[in-house]
Amino acid sequence: MTVRVIGKEGLEGLLRALREEGYTVVGPLVRDGAIHYGEIGSIGDLPEGYRDEQGAGRYRLRQEGDLFFGYAVGPGSPKYFLNPPERLLFRVSSDGRGVEEEDGDDPGFAFLVRPCDVAGISIRDRVLLEGEYRDPHYLRRREKSLIIAVNCTHPGGTCFCLSMGTGPEVGDGADLILTEVSGKEHYFLIQAGSQRGKGLLERIPSMEASPAQIREAEGLIEGAKGRMGRALERDGLKELLYRSHDHPYWRDVEKRCLACGNCTFVCPTCFCTTLEDRMALDGSAERWQRWDSCFTLDFTYLHGGSIRSSIASRYRHWITHKLATWIDQFGTPGCVGCGRCITWCPVGIDITEVVEELRKGGG
Amino acid sequence: MRKIRLAVWKFASCDGCQLSLLDCEEELLPLSEAVEVAYFLEASRRVEKGPYHISLVEGSITTPHDVERIKRIRRASRYLIAIGACATAGGIQALRNLRDVEEFTSLVYARPEYIDTLKDSTPVSHHVKVDLELRGCPINKHQLLYVLISLLNGRTPSIPSHSLCLECKMKDNVCVMVSEGVPCMGPVTHGGCGAICPSYRRGCYGCYGPSETVNMESLGRWWIERYGMEREELVRRLRTFNIEGALAPFARSFEGEGA
Repeated sequence: MTVRVIGKEGLEGLLRALREEGYTVVGPLVRDGAIHYGEIGSIGDLPEGYRDEQGAGRYRLRQEGDLFFGYAVGPGSPKYFLNPPERLLFRVSSDGRGVEEEDGDDPGFAFLVRPCDVAGISIRDRVLLEGEYRDPHYLRRREKSLIIAVNCTHPGGTCFCLSMGTGPEVGDGADLILTEVSGKEHYFLIQAGSQRGKGLLERIPSMEASPAQIREAEGLIEGAKGRMGRALERDGLKELLYRSHDHPYWRDVEKRCLACGNCTFVCPTCFCTTLEDRMALDGSAERWQRWDSCFTLDFTYLHGGSIRSSIASRYRHWITHKLATWIDQFGTPGCVGCGRCITWCPVGIDITEVVEELRKGGG
Repeated sequence: MRKIRLAVWKFASCDGCQLSLLDCEEELLPLSEAVEVAYFLEASRRVEKGPYHISLVEGSITTPHDVERIKRIRRASRYLIAIGACATAGGIQALRNLRDVEEFTSLVYARPEYIDTLKDSTPVSHHVKVDLELRGCPINKHQLLYVLISLLNGRTPSIPSHSLCLECKMKDNVCVMVSEGVPCMGPVTHGGCGAICPSYRRGCYGCYGPSETVNMESLGRWWIERYGMEREELVRRLRTFNIEGALAPFARSFEGEGA
């Protein structure tokens, strides 16, 4: 597919074209000291000139350079838009006759996101759309959504997408692919990844990219591969976790883990929900679905108590699902290497470090 | 729906939790049609004898008279629901449990011999069986309404005890600890308020008390080692609302270090 090039005006034109087609553009913006995902009206909303510093349990923003996309992912992920924290499933009237299902006037989102988040959406697709039970709400939103991947040239301190094969260059799943280059000139390489993307690209003025421009962009992505903050050895990972069930290191993790569930909320692939019935004074009721986490006691509550009462068992369950049982269930790991669980753990527990400790044996 | 008899009782407290009921505004009129308010001095001087279907109890137990009164209320109530940090954890006034209350009374009152008070301020559950506790200073009126509506409809209310972080992340807040280094009690605090303080970029100060699984040792260490927090400051944070609760041993252990 041909690679085209656009400038800042072209990027603005792309956002305009998306809005004209009825999309709600979701992309990076600065909010409360972090790069977050939110609704983007114009390129003025993008985090131009912002860079992030990320470490275990620590995130800071600073101003540097002139890139629109000079950041690694923040705490928000596309799941806030595709599987919102809570949603109404149906209403029941008090006379017991009417069940009114939410038909859902779902917006069409155009996601302007990093390759790791594109991979995260692909994983959610496999979980929620393939197999016997499909999530109709998710399906509606996915069918309407468009994905624009912005290749990553600035991985963060907790990133390991290279290990997970999800970045820094996007693989499948994007309708349009952007790469930002700011050297002697500031431009964006753009190419279509689908027919829809091709149609959009034809709507905005662009020029053919020169071989030198393509080389420069490829060089930036190659450079990003060398600046991953973290790495995760994939070799024998599933087997490692399966044989580590009784590893003494879980007790060490337990001393640090708060069981607060933050790793699951920031994870772009964690999908667990629970149901809540909310009644009104007139006796009518609503059934809501809301996010849940495998770190709560309620998550495994059966008659007589919770199965995973210790923090060690809850952490072990989470990481074993992410890196091992997920593969058996859905064909890939449930981890995209975005590093969010490391950065946004209030006490900085590092999934890559835990794996390294397990490799030291004892299990 | 049956018309049920509701009573609202006050012990050592500021009345803020009772006010949450009056604060229900839109739902107040329909609620008053569904329940018969039999005893609620904050709202009406009309007093009716028990028994009561639901008793909401605000405040902590601080006097010998309180001890007798809460037992009478228990006997007269089908469901006894303790509301707020005072009724569920002893309240801020339980700070006196760490000191000599006789010294206080001798300093404050001209005739301390007239004061008949207990050494400790204690939660209602220390004295009688409590059917349900609603945490917070003050309680969340939506939780209170949820509980009343559930009982009116013959359903068992379910109050989640997970950490506040779930509610904070559901609101799409940026974590104040990670992004600003603000100490936040959220990870060890019982959810239910809807993450009010972190939504205003303040650290949670834990008025809902400890969540179901508390690893204060880890959070405290992180604050001391990474944020340079003084031990006195840490202990003060643990004791504001939770003098008698699950955080008490942590407060003692941090206080004991190097002291």
